[in-house]
Amino acid sequence: MNVSELSADVLAGTREQPWRVWRGQIGVLIQRELRRGLFTKRRIWIYLLAFTPTLITLIHRVGQFSDAVDANSLRDETQVLAGIVQLYYVKLGLFFACMGIFSWLFRGEMVERTLHYAFLSPVRREVLVIGKFLAGAITAILLFETALLGCFYFIYSRFGALGTAYVFHGPGLRQMGAYALVIALGALGYGAVFLGLSLVFKNPIVPGALFFGWEAITPILPRSLQLLSITFYLKQLYPVRITPPGILSLFTIEPEPLSWFATIGCLLCFTASILVFSCYRIRKVEITYTAD
Amino acid sequence: MTSENAKIVFDGVSKFYGEILGVNRVSFSLDPGITALVGPNGSGKTTLMNLMTGLIQPTHGTVLVRGLSPSQPEDFFRQVGYCTQFDSFPRGVKGYDFVYWPLRLARFPHAQAAQLAQDALGRVGMQEAANRRVAGYSKGMRQRIRLGQAIAHHPSVLILDEPLNGLDPMARAEMLALFRALADEGLHLVISSHILEDVDRISDRVVLMSSGFIVAEGQIQSVRSEVQDQPMQILVRCSNAKRLAAEAFSLDHVVEASIQNDGQGVLLRTTNADELFMLLNRAVVAGLVEIEAVAPADEDVNSIYQYLIGSDGNLA
Repeated sequence: MNVSELSADVLAGTREQPWRVWRGQIGVLIQRELRRGLFTKRRIWIYLLAFTPTLITLIHRVGQFSDAVDANSLRDETQVLAGIVQLYYVKLGLFFACMGIFSWLFRGEMVERTLHYAFLSPVRREVLVIGKFLAGAITAILLFETALLGCFYFIYSRFGALGTAYVFHGPGLRQMGAYALVIALGALGYGAVFLGLSLVFKNPIVPGALFFGWEAITPILPRSLQLLSITFYLKQLYPVRITPPGILSLFTIEPEPLSWFATIGCLLCFTASILVFSCYRIRKVEITYTAD
Repeated sequence: MTSENAKIVFDGVSKFYGEILGVNRVSFSLDPGITALVGPNGSGKTTLMNLMTGLIQPTHGTVLVRGLSPSQPEDFFRQVGYCTQFDSFPRGVKGYDFVYWPLRLARFPHAQAAQLAQDALGRVGMQEAANRRVAGYSKGMRQRIRLGQAIAHHPSVLILDEPLNGLDPMARAEMLALFRALADEGLHLVISSHILEDVDRISDRVVLMSSGFIVAEGQIQSVRSEVQDQPMQILVRCSNAKRLAAEAFSLDHVVEASIQNDGQGVLLRTTNADELFMLLNRAVVAGLVEIEAVAPADEDVNSIYQYLIGSDGNLA
């Protein structure tokens, strides 16, 4: 089959089964973006954000090799893991990693003057948005869930049989699943927001900082405003409650409860609506690098 | 006559960047073949090409390329290849990947995409450097790899913004030969270039731009004939140049006759070419001279540019 026949064949496929073609293009975009961006020196700071707690728990594990392993210390360590996820990953690590990954998806290509290559390929701009977003989400989820798994292993492995019983016959695996869900939904939610901001603002750092402030203060705002916060939904999924001292307690104010189904549904709808907005914005983007 | 679906059609297209004019009320339709887009810096050539490919949207008017709009990218960018003059590449990309991945996005299966990428790299002479990072390429190599990407999917319309920039004379000659070969294969080429001598050698038509307006457009010969305030230059190679020059000067419309150094030719400038040709006929019949060749000396892009725009880039 020559190129013209192949092109005609693909075009016919596009008209008859556009979803199939778009899905294929999204697959290629994800593959290309991951090859291009997952293992690069530029991403070192994101690895640091993700794996610093893992490294700390590893050092902690080695340092406490001879410490007592009883139910009290296991309960304390569970609180530590909850603190890592709720106070560090959700509030800082994942937040700033998503800021770096998703703000750069299109804005980075504008800065590097390479976005025109994407716009000159036979791909709908909406498909570009979805493909790049999913590639960013996979990157964030892969890094942070691997790091989380590392923390989980280093924390509970030192408890031996007690730890095994807690993980496999107690609430351990359920907690791990809940945290994995929190990380995944957090990556989707934060990612969508930063992608949307990057398509509106030339410098998304300032609105990103405002968004950070917003996420910090929403626990003390009325419920109607809390609904516009990513962490409001993520808190609903936390399997362990923590009560840190001082100003940190602001981050752990318990929101009014929402069912898991409603929580996940609302967060996915929130993400989807920002993606729809991003698709609308990308259609208006023009390649005028000098103006950027 | 070429069907409208085989043409590039601009219909009343204007583009403003805020209050700054990009192009204004541009209307033309280009047939297949090689079209040279010429004009001074800032005349709107790149804006026109970006409008053609949907990188920017017109403020007014419509653009259709072979009946397709850039808002239908799946169809449009299978037909169109655009080699921009932006000298930037995705960070860390290798030459082969730069050509291969757009083919995969165009839904070519891996084997065909790999084959097409190799073919395109071969055509632009970049096969040996294909596995090196583009960041290490010379300017000429970067130019060629961009061209390779633009032609890899076998488009029917190829738009080239300053494709000869950064190329040495040998590479320029190779590229021009490639453009001619692509046009002979039926491709529609639109080329902008500052190197007028080069585009002149291969162009079938010219679009002359200045300050966002189309100054002239059409086949080079017909555009030249419309520039009536500039005498035509005609070179006559003959046996007795001095005699012919004397005869020519007897005509009112001949404003200049200069004999060439070898004494075997005379360059005549006339405001009435038809009457000059009649004189040549009479001179041959009367046995005054033996004519070896007669050729227009200013039916080229460079001359038209000089006449209509001038060397300073302002409208003449």
